[in-house]
Amino acid sequence: MAATVIETPSTRKEKVRDWTKPAAMAIPKEGYFSLKNGRYGPIYPRTPACHGFTIIAKIKPGREETIRAYGKTIETAIATLKLHYLRWVLFDIGKDTYFMYQGIFDTDFDKYTEDAVALFKKVGVNTVFENLEGFPEDWKTNVPAFLKFVREHQCPSFLEYGEYPYETADEIKKALQLKAKFSEMLDLMQ
Amino acid sequence: MAIYSAPLPKSVGRELPKADAASLEFEDIQHFLIHRSPALAARYEFLTFREPLAGRAWLRAMTEKVTTAAAVRSGQLNTRWVTVALNWNGIRALGLDDHSLASFPEEFRQGMATRAEVLGMTGANHPEHWKGGLASADLHAIVILFARDVPERERCRVEHEKFLSQCQGVEVLSSLDLEAIPPFDYAHEHFGYRDRLSQPVIEGTGEEPMSGSGPAIKAGEFFLGYPDEEGPSAEGPKPEILSRNGSYLAYLMMEEHVGAFRDFLRQHGETQDEQELVAAKLMGRWRSGAPLVLTPEKDDPKLAGDYQSTNDFDFGKMDPRGYACPLGAHIRRMNPRDTAANMNRRKMIRRGGTYGPPLPEGAPEDGRERGIAAFVGCASLVRQFEFAMNVWANDPNFHELGNERDPIFGTQDGTFDMTIPKRPIRKKIKGLPAFTTICGGAYFFLPGIKALRYLASLT
Repeated sequence: MAATVIETPSTRKEKVRDWTKPAAMAIPKEGYFSLKNGRYGPIYPRTPACHGFTIIAKIKPGREETIRAYGKTIETAIATLKLHYLRWVLFDIGKDTYFMYQGIFDTDFDKYTEDAVALFKKVGVNTVFENLEGFPEDWKTNVPAFLKFVREHQCPSFLEYGEYPYETADEIKKALQLKAKFSEMLDLMQ
Repeated sequence: MAIYSAPLPKSVGRELPKADAASLEFEDIQHFLIHRSPALAARYEFLTFREPLAGRAWLRAMTEKVTTAAAVRSGQLNTRWVTVALNWNGIRALGLDDHSLASFPEEFRQGMATRAEVLGMTGANHPEHWKGGLASADLHAIVILFARDVPERERCRVEHEKFLSQCQGVEVLSSLDLEAIPPFDYAHEHFGYRDRLSQPVIEGTGEEPMSGSGPAIKAGEFFLGYPDEEGPSAEGPKPEILSRNGSYLAYLMMEEHVGAFRDFLRQHGETQDEQELVAAKLMGRWRSGAPLVLTPEKDDPKLAGDYQSTNDFDFGKMDPRGYACPLGAHIRRMNPRDTAANMNRRKMIRRGGTYGPPLPEGAPEDGRERGIAAFVGCASLVRQFEFAMNVWANDPNFHELGNERDPIFGTQDGTFDMTIPKRPIRKKIKGLPAFTTICGGAYFFLPGIKALRYLASLT
């Protein structure tokens, strides 16, 4: 394995990326190195683990089973999302139960915010969100309120690492496709 | 509004198709986004209200001059069309209360100059270089005049000047005169590209969408107070009268560097045909308007003029890898068709025209100012206009391209590329120059007629 590259703002050149060198990036508390605004607020940098966010929110009392049960429903519906990974976790702190939503995306969430809201509606992710404390009841007609909730409950990472840094899901799928086609080609040459 | 071109649309002089009577309140909607007028000249005047009283008096009188959608639909033959719009500072200057002022969307309250970073307006496009006082807090209102011809525009200009001389406390910050450029038989801009080939049709106007354009779009995508593509109408500004029949406008004045554009074509194409192909690859259509997806090898001017087929194509199925129309071409970014999600929530209505003299073919750059000064109309600036600027025009990683922006319209500074997919090996143009510069812009609210009267009668 090649040596891990430690990324800092000065070495972090958006345009020069090398997937062969695993990379890590330590991130300031605000979640960004310098304030750059998107349509709905600060833009978080693309890290070696691509874009992503972690939302942590308290669930309404007694809703744990509803949320767990919904995992099964969403299992099939969510395949249409375009991202690397989603992790949904429920955990307790004292008597309260918290929900953690971690997503790794190829694009900055700010850019496709409205698409995400529409998709959430379509695949029913909202059912989980509606069981969170403080989630706006009128979120379907009030996108700004939805975004405010997401931004207020987002906890930026202080370190992110990527074994094949910055590569998009599309590029990874292309590489796997190429491998499959190539072995098919070798078969045809027998 | 059509100051790129002259021919009268077939609809002029006769009644327009029957609308869905229950839906749109045409008598309360300014005509601007509903109907394009057959104008050959225009004038935009940017105004400031030094006194609330004077501002309201001016607005009261001007509201009676505004051309409504109903007036145009009745089939009457006009020689001039008037539109009035206000920015947030202007609404505040008229005396609207703080609670109502706060109910306008954040991006509108901030204004385009403050949102420059979001829009990608950096470097030469930054508001610090803007002209005409458009980035200043003094900008309050715009009056848009479209006229059948230049003499009619001049008559109206003098008339408005006379009226303003009686309104102590309302002043013109700057103005812009626009004229169509020859040839007048089709709409085009200074680079020579045919324009206005793909425009949304609003549900309830009775108009039929062109083939390939999909169904008519819900009125709430363009006018406040109507159901939109997502369902019931979204929340509008307060009081209620302001959230009926109004729209938001993003104004952009974009200088076109015709000399640099033609130099670029010559640099990348040896023959006339090669140069035309380079021009087509940047746009995604031949300059005639014929789309590359339908005719990738050579121009087909007949196809361009055939409204039944010139828009009848997609990208995802017909040209997924961009061998015909590059992934980063202008029309693929501004209207990704089947390659983007929720397209019906990103539609916008464009109005505007060209300013400055045309640069004759073969003439060297003369340094004179010329370009497009246009409006984008929608119900949500952040969801529609700002999305298009932020994601489609200026996101270097659009379609995984990595280091590209819209070749015509994006913010270019010589550090971005343009990839032209080609078998067996793609062609990559490094360091694309800037063919355009944004030299002014603003966000306006285009109120309904009753809302204009309400604002003019504030106490």
